Amino acid sequence: MAEEQRVLLKYADQIDPKIAEDYIKVGGYKGLEKARSMDRKALIEEVKKSGLRGRGGAGFNAGMKWSFVPILDEDRYVVCNFDEGEPGTYKDRIICEKNAQALLEGMAICGAAIASNHGYIYCRGEYPFVVETLKEGIQSAKASGALGDFNIEVRMGAGAYVCGEETALIESIEGHRGEPRFKPPFPGVAGLWAHPTVVNNVETFACLPYILTNGAEWFAGIGAAKYPGTKVLTLTGDVVNATYFEVPTDYNLRDVIYKLGGGVKGGKKLKAVQVGGTSGAFIPEQNLDTPIDFDSMSAIGASLGSGAVFVMDETRDIVDIVTRISKFFEHESCGKCNPCREGTWRCREIMEKINAGKAGQKDIDNLMILSRVMKNAALCGLGQAAPIPIDSTLQHFAYEYSCKLN
Amino acid sequence: MLKLTINDKEIEVPRGTMLLDACQQAGADIPTFCYDPDLKLAGSCRMCVVEVQGRRNLQASCVTPCENNMIVDTESANVVEARKIILELLLARHKLNCMVCEKVGACKLQEYCYRYDVKESRFAGEAAHFTREDPNPFIERDYDKCIMCTRCVRACEGITGAQAINVKDRGHHAKISTIFDGKLADSSCVFCGQCIMVCPVGALTSKVSMGKGRPFEYEKVLTTCTYCGTGCMLELNVKDDTVVGVTSNRDAQLSPVNKGALCVKGRFGWDFIHYKDRLTTPLIRENGQLREASWDEALDYAANRLNAVKAQHGPDSIALFSSARVTNEENYLAQKMARVAIGTNNVDHCARL
Repeated sequence: MAEEQRVLLKYADQIDPKIAEDYIKVGGYKGLEKARSMDRKALIEEVKKSGLRGRGGAGFNAGMKWSFVPILDEDRYVVCNFDEGEPGTYKDRIICEKNAQALLEGMAICGAAIASNHGYIYCRGEYPFVVETLKEGIQSAKASGALGDFNIEVRMGAGAYVCGEETALIESIEGHRGEPRFKPPFPGVAGLWAHPTVVNNVETFACLPYILTNGAEWFAGIGAAKYPGTKVLTLTGDVVNATYFEVPTDYNLRDVIYKLGGGVKGGKKLKAVQVGGTSGAFIPEQNLDTPIDFDSMSAIGASLGSGAVFVMDETRDIVDIVTRISKFFEHESCGKCNPCREGTWRCREIMEKINAGKAGQKDIDNLMILSRVMKNAALCGLGQAAPIPIDSTLQHFAYEYSCKLN
Repeated sequence: MLKLTINDKEIEVPRGTMLLDACQQAGADIPTFCYDPDLKLAGSCRMCVVEVQGRRNLQASCVTPCENNMIVDTESANVVEARKIILELLLARHKLNCMVCEKVGACKLQEYCYRYDVKESRFAGEAAHFTREDPNPFIERDYDKCIMCTRCVRACEGITGAQAINVKDRGHHAKISTIFDGKLADSSCVFCGQCIMVCPVGALTSKVSMGKGRPFEYEKVLTTCTYCGTGCMLELNVKDDTVVGVTSNRDAQLSPVNKGALCVKGRFGWDFIHYKDRLTTPLIRENGQLREASWDEALDYAANRLNAVKAQHGPDSIALFSSARVTNEENYLAQKMARVAIGTNNVDHCARL
């Protein structure tokens, strides 16, 4: 049995995430102490040097993102993206439930780097119980003095997938409709209430205390060279051990599924894996030896995304699954831009037609051109990524589609 | 200055210029639905997308700042494909009754479908059904024709400041709505009709003009609104020597006071022009009865009576009360007549009440 490498989840279930002292006992808040003793720019350099890249899905270098924030005479904000809306993804919830203090410390470290003492955690609306953990954790950290003058407020979403997009998230915190903004300006320059804002994922923030405590070189030495560190994965679908794992980023998919995951349920063969949530590409069996890191996944036309790994066995109907996915995107499109609002609707219509055995080759052609335009012209990542499951299955599982055509 | 190459033409623009402006400067005609130079940018219709060399996706030119050495193609195969598909997607939800639409000939959807040879939509599935009765006397809201550019929402907020409408619901259920989806009359709407002014299609039209003439049938005559002294410019829509509607001109040179914005009276209150009860000659009261008179006769009569009253009772026995419906200049002349010609300071004006 292959081993996990636990960094963020090392003390899972051994410490209470609500109690700062528990975390301090196992070395917590040392990273923040070190960060505060450093020059702001040196701190950003250290994070850059660690190679830490965004764990929310886009994989942008965290230190680089921070370096874009102009330090002028105005407020700046640290925002944690805890919207975690990708179906099959629950790694941020696990991190909060097992090690919430690391998130709080990470946010305060970012605060030190951009000279901000206002933090917001935007929590997924379906996680009210985690909000309680976070609130108590913040209270405890404030009372212990560990956070110093860094304040964190928890805001709840109301169930919109698109609010995981950073600018829609900001709109939502501001009290507006959850619709993405056009970029530029990027949040680093004009984010929350038009002030410079760093938005990072829970897991990204939670890596920071360990980077500061153990050094950038230590972190850079874990896993894949260009996407170092560990990654918390959530395994779902037709797999024996459907649970979460923390692995170094050079781990490959086959080991995730067959070693940690214990293989496909019922001894069946594997048909496909979808990595990174609902907007991820479907990966066929022959690509399983690919490491999970961001660049290796991109190279096979997939994306690591949020780190959800959804396993489908040989009995699953790919067209039916993609039809359900297209319904999800139709439901979650915010309606702001034409390609996504209308496109996700028509994708669902055509997919249902195909799934019902009523479609012809012409419908497939229409689906492909629509998917291309959505990718090329939609305003935000939701509309651009919505057709990826369709495209990747048309590419790797064309036979299943042709079986349903009349 | 930034140097760009747009459709093989090199141009220079100041830093901060948006790509749409640069493209127009280079002579490119970029189609837009949601873009409006007077409104907050939305970047949402995606019709203005262009291909910028080295960028992964097409860029919405209205919200993309120019960068040095950008190489831009405004009608590449990808751009044309995207525009065609967006038009087809909009057609698939749009109520196609162009033959009786008030906007025919001035509709942007029509214009661009013609330009990109979009005859029908390949996505003809289920259509949207948003139309609802709104029993107000001024604004016809046919949201089955709405293309969700949100110009009306932004004009309501940005020009009028009424914030009567916004987007409700999500995805293709998203629609323009008042608070709690109620009637316009129960909202903060002031029926200024700025939403009609900015609507690029026939979703918002004037009920007062309905059925009286379409944009290509009438001549637009620029004139000053007669309702108050502000001096807003408006355009009378004249068909066969009859006023069939009022539109406004947004050109700041032609419409310097209001830049196209009007109030409910200016935009919708024009039906008195051909009203059958309208006075068309002066009337003189004789023995308790009104009779028609010529202007010369009426003015002589009024002047004689004023002189007679002044001679008998003094100038302060006369007061002049003028109207807010005339211009500032006319009001100035009215007070001058009272003070200089009659010799009294008894001057007042209805706008003071």
